[in-house]
Amino acid sequence: MSRIQRWIVFCLFVLGSNTVFAAPDSALLKQLASDDFDVRLAAITQLGSQEDPIAKRIIEALDQDTLAKSGDQLLIYDGEKAVDPVSGGNIAVIPANIENISLNNQLRQALDTAKASAKLFSTDRSTRFAAANQMRENAVESMLPILDKALATETDADIKQIIGLASARIRLTSTDPKQRLAAAKKLAESSDANVIALLQSRLDANTDSTATESDNEVRGEIALSLQSIKKRIKFAESVGTVFTGLSLGSILILAALGLAITYGVMGVINMAHGELLMVGAYATYVVQGVFRQHLPNFIDWYVIAAIPVAFFAAAMVGILIERTVIRHLYGRPLESLLATWGLSLVLIQAARVIFGPQNVELANPNWMSGGITLVGDVVLPWNRIVIVAFAAFVLVLIWLMMSRTRLGLFVRAVTQNRTMAGCVGVPTGRIDTLAFAIGSGVAGLGGCALSQIANVGPAMGQGYIVDAFMVVVVGGVGQLAGAVWAGMGLGLLTKFLEGWTGAVIAKIAVLIFIILFIQKRPQGLFALKGRFVDS
Amino acid sequence: MQRRTFVKALVLASSIAALGSASQSYAADTIKVGILHSLSGTMAISETALKNTALMTIEEINAKGGVMGKKLEPVVVDPASNWPLFAEKARQLISKDKVSVVFGCWTSVSRKSVNPVFKELNSLLFYPVQYEGEELEKNVFYTGAAPNQQAIPAVEYLMSKQGGGAKRFVLLGTDYVYPRTTNKILRAFLHSKGVKDEDIMEEYTPFGHSDYQTIIANIKKFSSAGKKTAVISTINGDSNVPFYKELGNAGLKATDVPVVAFSVGEEELRGVDTKPLVGHLAAWNYFMSLKNPTNSGFIKMYKDWAKKNKIPNADSVVTNDPMEATYVGIHMWAQAVEKAKSTDTDKVIAAMGGQTFTAPSGFTLTMDKTNHHLHKPVFIGEVKADGQFNVVWKTPAPIRAQPWSPFIPGNESKQGM
Repeated sequence: MSRIQRWIVFCLFVLGSNTVFAAPDSALLKQLASDDFDVRLAAITQLGSQEDPIAKRIIEALDQDTLAKSGDQLLIYDGEKAVDPVSGGNIAVIPANIENISLNNQLRQALDTAKASAKLFSTDRSTRFAAANQMRENAVESMLPILDKALATETDADIKQIIGLASARIRLTSTDPKQRLAAAKKLAESSDANVIALLQSRLDANTDSTATESDNEVRGEIALSLQSIKKRIKFAESVGTVFTGLSLGSILILAALGLAITYGVMGVINMAHGELLMVGAYATYVVQGVFRQHLPNFIDWYVIAAIPVAFFAAAMVGILIERTVIRHLYGRPLESLLATWGLSLVLIQAARVIFGPQNVELANPNWMSGGITLVGDVVLPWNRIVIVAFAAFVLVLIWLMMSRTRLGLFVRAVTQNRTMAGCVGVPTGRIDTLAFAIGSGVAGLGGCALSQIANVGPAMGQGYIVDAFMVVVVGGVGQLAGAVWAGMGLGLLTKFLEGWTGAVIAKIAVLIFIILFIQKRPQGLFALKGRFVDS
Repeated sequence: MQRRTFVKALVLASSIAALGSASQSYAADTIKVGILHSLSGTMAISETALKNTALMTIEEINAKGGVMGKKLEPVVVDPASNWPLFAEKARQLISKDKVSVVFGCWTSVSRKSVNPVFKELNSLLFYPVQYEGEELEKNVFYTGAAPNQQAIPAVEYLMSKQGGGAKRFVLLGTDYVYPRTTNKILRAFLHSKGVKDEDIMEEYTPFGHSDYQTIIANIKKFSSAGKKTAVISTINGDSNVPFYKELGNAGLKATDVPVVAFSVGEEELRGVDTKPLVGHLAAWNYFMSLKNPTNSGFIKMYKDWAKKNKIPNADSVVTNDPMEATYVGIHMWAQAVEKAKSTDTDKVIAAMGGQTFTAPSGFTLTMDKTNHHLHKPVFIGEVKADGQFNVVWKTPAPIRAQPWSPFIPGNESKQGM
């Protein structure tokens, strides 16, 4: 029996005897200062499950990285004053050559698991839930009695399920075939991918004979459980892949939607479109700065406030571009291409001068961090979910605007037949400006969304301009719906290929696919039909 | 088309900018020193701090009277994360600005692009970043780590009991020469340790890649095969920010699948919320969190310099390994010039061998007599909640570099210059 196991058994004994927790003795504290990794691991495992104030104080010091040693003596040292961990009193003379005792991953895991074993009996449901989850994958054989006890007293069905799985994992290697059978049956309900490996190793012929299941009935049960877990995980994984595709698709849509209006509907090749995304992203950054300075309590909601700001900032830049440059170049695509490309350089340089050449830091608000666990290892991150929803929201907004408002009607009229629209009294010049402003504003919204997942820097727009044009061209120039389908399609295609071939090849493959597609169908997915002046 | 024209315009724009900087006043009694780091583009996140360190170190040396009684005069250019532009800028620094030495480059592809220039014009480059080895140029001094001073010890640590006993490895990198070569060496090393090919997964992403969802899902899938899995990341530049963000959001904890990074330090983590990343690792030859008097002095000097020069976010500036290597490199060059009593390239190269310097890592570093690399200590640190690193393993003494990795066949005969 290894030293660790001995210590764990000892600590279990302490736990098992319940209620009375022994205070950590000086021998144990000395072990914390040991140079031997195994000894430290054992000492920490033992401390973790104790509940007296001294152990608590030491664990807290470990968590905050203030536990230190000087020779054999333990102390809590935060750089200024030193505290004796046993008495809690200050140490007047700070000893020389203080060395930090710090946790590494292994020690932290041992400590967390040990702490969890004590927390399984907490009165707070969320504490118990977290503890059970910690036990699910990390519990070791010697913790079985605690798990059983928790299983007997636990009232919450979810937690009971998790603890049951934790104990089944351990029981799978029990000496009693009946217990193994029950464990194999229970594990069919698991959705941990690593349970598959565990079950598989019981079926494989190992060199270590004890690891292989000998009982045929149990073998059959294991095979059945394996099947059901694999099926469930496979399903979750495909949901995960589809979701990543949707998320990339919605980013493409956000990047391309503005372009679909300015290029697709108005026919302006706007090379500065990427920089309008950048303007939106920097507007978000500025709003974050304002919140940090003046409203630190509401910092989590800065992104919401940034949405209109990003829209109007980009729209203003759009109006400026339209009024000063593009207005004079309608119907001259080559000139407008060159002029807007020059503008994009000007905007990049302006951002460099104002905000510096480095990327700026944007923090995800708390409610956008983390994710929902679907099944087992498949996690859908919140920031991606929010962006998918946001893309849908922007789409609905644009669709409503184009189809239900007077402005939308005018924009459609002007793009379909400019002269006729002018004849019936539509102010075509103003409509052009407004449409361009809306296209730019939508790009700003895209930038606001991108700032939550990608880097924000002066040249960030350059990375999206090609993608945005790709989406618009594949979707069919002149069609908003085309951009939506093309964005989603390219997103899903890229992610599907990426999972299969890796990111570099996937990118190449998608580009080749688009070239072939455009060769075959130059008008894109959705072609304009009917009589139009421009055609 | 757009991209190429864009690049051309950038070249034009930045060379105009450089013309401006080149026309600085010529003082007769100064020694010109070139600084060649990307101040814009994908590598700016890492390289800007190196330019700052170089300027600070030059100020420090000048304040103490300069080198051979002459003041050093820095010439800063911006190659804008554009590899061919590095070569042009290097040529400009040497031929036009007549600098005696250049401190610069981060990515190996930029170093490979300037190497022929330094060879042709017989000038000196000090390269401050850990790299893949497999090269030894007479005109280059490598003050960063060779693979045996960073990558190999880090993998050994991951395989040890203390490091979690990893048996399956994901080699994840940006698609260029450094990650590809390092991973070739690591694969050979893992083979020598009995790790089979089916337990190694290799993935590359383009520069500036920002969508790591698929890769992280693949890592999760790969890690669920039952054996302890670790990720070895050679991702470079600003892609690290979305990578670590995604890692945190996807709930891949360091206790389950630790990620050890070779190009991520304190500076790169400034843009990331590090709380979900606690426990992930980095291997370097220096950490800001090292406690020794030289390091405290170094950190204080940089913080004061940043405040004085109004660097953005000057209160939260950090120091990192390549900054230390830049600092050490400049000082060693100054010592060698003093010893050679000349800035002549060949004389300085001869004087460099055997130079020593007390570095902020707390060790006295020595320039090897033959192979142009420093003898360096190795530290492995875990990310803490405040973005600093907690050293969990270190070598007792500096290690000699092996630029030609013994794990790549055919290297046995290539040692020394």
